[in-house]
Amino acid sequence: MKTVRFIMRRELSGYFSTPIAYVVLVIFLLLANWFAFWTGALYERGQADLAPLFTFVPWLYLFLIPAVSMRLWSEERRSGSIELLLTQPVTLWQAVLGKFLAAWIFIGIALALTFPAWITVNMLGNPDNGAIFAAYLGCFFVAAGFLAVGSFTSSITKNQLIAFLLAAAVCVVLLMAGFPAVINLFQRWAPAWLVEGVASLSFLTHFENITKGVLDLRDVLYYALITLFFLLASTVVLESRKSK
Amino acid sequence: MIKTQNLSKNYDGILAVDDLSFSVEPGEVLGFLGPNGAGKSTTMRMIAGFITPTGGTASICGHDIQQEPLQAKAMLGYLPEGAPHYGEMSVGSFLEFIADLRGLAGAVRKSRLDHVIGRLQLDGVIAQTMETLSKGFKRRVGLAQAIVHDPPVLILDEPTDGLDPIQKHEVRTLIGEIAKEKTIVISTHILEEVDAVCTRALIIARGKLVADDTPAGLRARAPSGRLDDVFRAVAA
Repeated sequence: MKTVRFIMRRELSGYFSTPIAYVVLVIFLLLANWFAFWTGALYERGQADLAPLFTFVPWLYLFLIPAVSMRLWSEERRSGSIELLLTQPVTLWQAVLGKFLAAWIFIGIALALTFPAWITVNMLGNPDNGAIFAAYLGCFFVAAGFLAVGSFTSSITKNQLIAFLLAAAVCVVLLMAGFPAVINLFQRWAPAWLVEGVASLSFLTHFENITKGVLDLRDVLYYALITLFFLLASTVVLESRKSK
Repeated sequence: MIKTQNLSKNYDGILAVDDLSFSVEPGEVLGFLGPNGAGKSTTMRMIAGFITPTGGTASICGHDIQQEPLQAKAMLGYLPEGAPHYGEMSVGSFLEFIADLRGLAGAVRKSRLDHVIGRLQLDGVIAQTMETLSKGFKRRVGLAQAIVHDPPVLILDEPTDGLDPIQKHEVRTLIGEIAKEKTIVISTHILEEVDAVCTRALIIARGKLVADDTPAGLRARAPSGRLDDVFRAVAA
């Protein structure tokens, strides 16, 4: 566990030693507030909650998360530092987990920095802060799923741009699987169990409860399994690289 | 000690390392020689556990690198080819990171870090990020991380590459100093290095072992008595 912490700490300090992290943070916060206050009409709808913010979070993740996860392994492989890391007494799983946790904390920071919106609704009304907290927590879990996908795509290429695009593509597919348009497309020909299966695989289906501030164990479990699956996939990919 | 048995690596039909068996004992400094592309780095990477052999085994101090990778790696200090590093990290925090991964803590951690920083003369660049360092300094930081935990076995892939003559001499002196109780393998294509630091030389060509002798024994193989004549004769 100590090893995981050392790797996590190094990775996290790596984020803040380049300007990329700050740029990504600023863009995320600008977009998050834009969507919440303008598109989501946070003021005009006259309700004291943060639903307008949370509704857009998965779509913002589409750019935020790949931007954060793209360097996890691609950069190590491009610069060759992966050889240094993996010849230390660490297991691949410790390295994958440590790096993932660093990226997750970074996203946690990004989410926490949306606090002015929370202060705003509290000044304007009496929101259900418990529900808001649950929704924040939910967004944090959702981020883990996206990030694990990003860790996986970063492990398969040395090129950060490709890692970014692949992560965004996979996440779009996982999001859209729950979209009514996609569901309709399947309903025309597919048996009901397949339609259900596709919909239940979707990030979006499991996100809707979360935005309402309802933390259902099944939704949390879904994101935990997605995270675990893609982190294990990263490990498998990196392990297979050793035999290339 | 290091032991390899029938170590082989097949890259999609290209045999980079072909049935290599050798062992290196404590007190030995083995010069690992061969033309570019002979399989030196591939062999070292397999022993260090970075790539998986397609055949055979390698062990460090009795720990098989496939079966007990953590125990084997704990015994090893390794300088990868080209001394890769984390560009955005400072020298100081990089060495601290490696010391942490190596399980050093407390007073030992501090004294080992002070020792390697002093020994490789890194005091002046300790706060600098690694990407701003010259090639020679990068190599010295690479050496520092390889010896920070005082490992019984060292594998150094081209440790003096990119260093100026004074720095080369420094590194050779360092290797000579720590050689007595350690098992050391260095790869090089600089033949004078073999005379300067190695007690034994191993030449490979096209992945195969072609010579295994003391520097003096190798030299005796050519009428001219020159190492590079021997090298050309066996490696060509």
